[in-house]
Amino acid sequence: MSEAGPPRLEVRDIEKSFPGVRALSGVSYDVHAGEVHALMGENGAGKSTLIKIMSGVVQPDKGAILIDGLESRLAGPDDARRAGIATIYQELLLFPELTVAENIFLGHAPKGRFGRIDLSAMRERARALIASLDIDELDADETVGRLSVGNRQRVEILRALSHDARVLIMDEPTAALTETDVRRLFDIVRRLRARGVGVVYISHRMDEIFEISDRVTVLRDGAFIGTRQTRETNSGELVEMMVGRRIEALFPKVEAPLGEAVLEARDLVAKPMTRGVSVTVRAGEIVGLAGLVGSGRSELAQTLFGVTPAESGEIRLNGELVSIRSPAEGRALGVAYVPEDRGTQGLVRAMSVKHNFSLAGLNRLTWLGFIDRAAELKLARDAVKQFDVKTSSLDEAAGRLSGGNQQKIVLGKWLANKPRLLILDEPTRGIDVGAKAEIHRLMGVLVREGVAILMISSELPEVLGMSDRVLVMREGRIVAELPRAEATPSAVGAAMMGDLSGRGQAA
Amino acid sequence: MSAAASPVQILRRIASQEAMLAVAIIGLAIVVGFVNPRFLSANNLSDLLLGNAYIAVAAIGMSMVIVSGNIDISVGALIGVLATVSGSLAVAGYPIAFAWGAPLVIGIAVMAAQGAVVAYLGIPSIVVTLGMWSILKGGLISVTGGRWITDLPNSFHLADVEVFGVLPMPVLIMVGATILAAIWMRFWPGGRAIYAAGGNPEAARLCGVSPRRTTIFVFAAHGFFAGIAALMFATQLRVIQSTTPAGLELVVITASVVGGVSILGGVGTVIGSTLAAVLLAEIASALVFINVSPYWTHAVQGSLILATVIADILRRRRRLGAA
Repeated sequence: MSEAGPPRLEVRDIEKSFPGVRALSGVSYDVHAGEVHALMGENGAGKSTLIKIMSGVVQPDKGAILIDGLESRLAGPDDARRAGIATIYQELLLFPELTVAENIFLGHAPKGRFGRIDLSAMRERARALIASLDIDELDADETVGRLSVGNRQRVEILRALSHDARVLIMDEPTAALTETDVRRLFDIVRRLRARGVGVVYISHRMDEIFEISDRVTVLRDGAFIGTRQTRETNSGELVEMMVGRRIEALFPKVEAPLGEAVLEARDLVAKPMTRGVSVTVRAGEIVGLAGLVGSGRSELAQTLFGVTPAESGEIRLNGELVSIRSPAEGRALGVAYVPEDRGTQGLVRAMSVKHNFSLAGLNRLTWLGFIDRAAELKLARDAVKQFDVKTSSLDEAAGRLSGGNQQKIVLGKWLANKPRLLILDEPTRGIDVGAKAEIHRLMGVLVREGVAILMISSELPEVLGMSDRVLVMREGRIVAELPRAEATPSAVGAAMMGDLSGRGQAA
Repeated sequence: MSAAASPVQILRRIASQEAMLAVAIIGLAIVVGFVNPRFLSANNLSDLLLGNAYIAVAAIGMSMVIVSGNIDISVGALIGVLATVSGSLAVAGYPIAFAWGAPLVIGIAVMAAQGAVVAYLGIPSIVVTLGMWSILKGGLISVTGGRWITDLPNSFHLADVEVFGVLPMPVLIMVGATILAAIWMRFWPGGRAIYAAGGNPEAARLCGVSPRRTTIFVFAAHGFFAGIAALMFATQLRVIQSTTPAGLELVVITASVVGGVSILGGVGTVIGSTLAAVLLAEIASALVFINVSPYWTHAVQGSLILATVIADILRRRRRLGAA
């Protein structure tokens, strides 16, 4: 499908570091006119950074950007727009109170005399754009806030076209769409391709990649892994490129004897994201919960912990039927939840290390209603030692510690509560390798003590390396259950992305 | 980490907001005393404390509210209403205990109701309390027509009571309430919950602390302290003006903020706010004694607010990184 001549947009040997992190190194990527070039990689592989560089939001430390074969500099989003590069982000950037036409032409509306916005010309041109994509039901005068998600996205695409975009970057455009809207989107993408627009298409969904793309490029850990013609590859190869063969080496699995079932959940429903889920976790077992972002994993965890109580279904803890309607009840029943987002959910940054450690178990640390300060101090001291938290003092504000040390506090806070069921949501996201290994070691210690662990992770190697059993969620349901021996990257990856040819597919 | 505090930490502890306020209070007294020795007369110092103790008491509740991540604009109007209610009951011949008890109960009820609206309807506290401020202020003038309450029975004057014959009641209440509230906030799980809910409501909720219940509780406690403040205010003079003291809420908020309570929530102590209330009163009085127009009081208070808030933001930035 690619044509002769230089690519519309090309980046060569891009390098980019943020303080403490190398986001990209040696990455090259190009997109030709009339081509859909997919970009794949796990979370943290560097896709977002690459998109930001191509749309002028972030400047690379090294490397070249070529537009139509000419070396260019994209000093800001404006430069990218002038070069004909438009980006559609996952979160749509629209103004809900304005009309479709006003949104499309915001910032470059056709002007009449004295700089007045020429409303009729603007409407006219909006209608022409809509007609060019055959989107019959979109009314140029409708307020955007009243549109469906699919139609809002179309408005974004129209806005890009109104700038004469010749390269369109789409970041997971189908993440929030219904099946019908996905079909319509693909029609539009094909139409744009036929018109000579180069499309950069980011998605986690295998079936989409194979349906819509001409080429695929895979990134992993900020490095360029390879580019394939879509026709000549398969999902197994792509998953392996994304994950790499580094699983056993990194995750020494601790074998712990499995005991009784600690958690037995049956047919849990908590709309909209938990749609009939059954999970069992035994004492000493680590169950990995894999799935794409938005598949309902965190929502399931929050239902089990009482943040969003189940509407129907039952939860048994050690065989006893329980109802968990609030985090306080979950805590009292010996359930602990270490949330995904430390910053907003886990840590009180302004509080001291000591007070953060004691927060979840404060009720057990009282004497005649007083906080037992000696016991609190001892708890914090022990925890700092056990978790090897690097802090200058117990009175240091928790927010001043490094990410890994913050995560250790969030984890330690819950372990001080001696839970029987520990739910970890992305326990090692965004922390350095050393702290990661430390947290994995702790998980090993805990299962040996008989704690049941349910671990959510978007990092496939972590799921495969740490789990006794892997559950795969998609669209609010468990779609596959794989024992450790059968949990290969391609089987789990295929189930995650809904590739029906993959192994381990459950009903 | 090290258990023993390093010299830097000891210094940091000494340089706490509370210590700085105490130094400022004493320093200012010495400086103004040099310029005009009458400033240091027992009479003036006792007037200064007696006349402003109720502000410190109201600032205790305000500090709790702000630490919890909220704010209250209605407290000045509420104090005016409660003082009027209390005085009217006393004049109407109800038992004094009833006249003293009513403002406490009503204060708790009004504030708890506001807290419930904030907590359960998710409306920002500044909007809810602004509405209440307007209701109370307008309602009071409509009902009383601005008439003063006079002929208060002698036994009504709580502020005249002197404990052990020397210690004036308002000062005793100010010191006692501050200490009790400080102990409660520091040593009780419920007090810790205020800091957690104000610092990070989401994390607090996941730890089993209910930010909603905390919000309602904090407002109720604030109402209780507002009731006490209203009593102190009502009983210190022979008449009650039955209008709301203009700008009182701002003075109370100023005391909290200057006392080191972070307007962003999660940080601050009531000892700080009480010291700040004393300092603010001292500054107002000092201006008179060094022959500066009292109209400058507001400008000085305003500068203090800005200086402390800017210092707070800078400190937070340094302490917590970019976020």
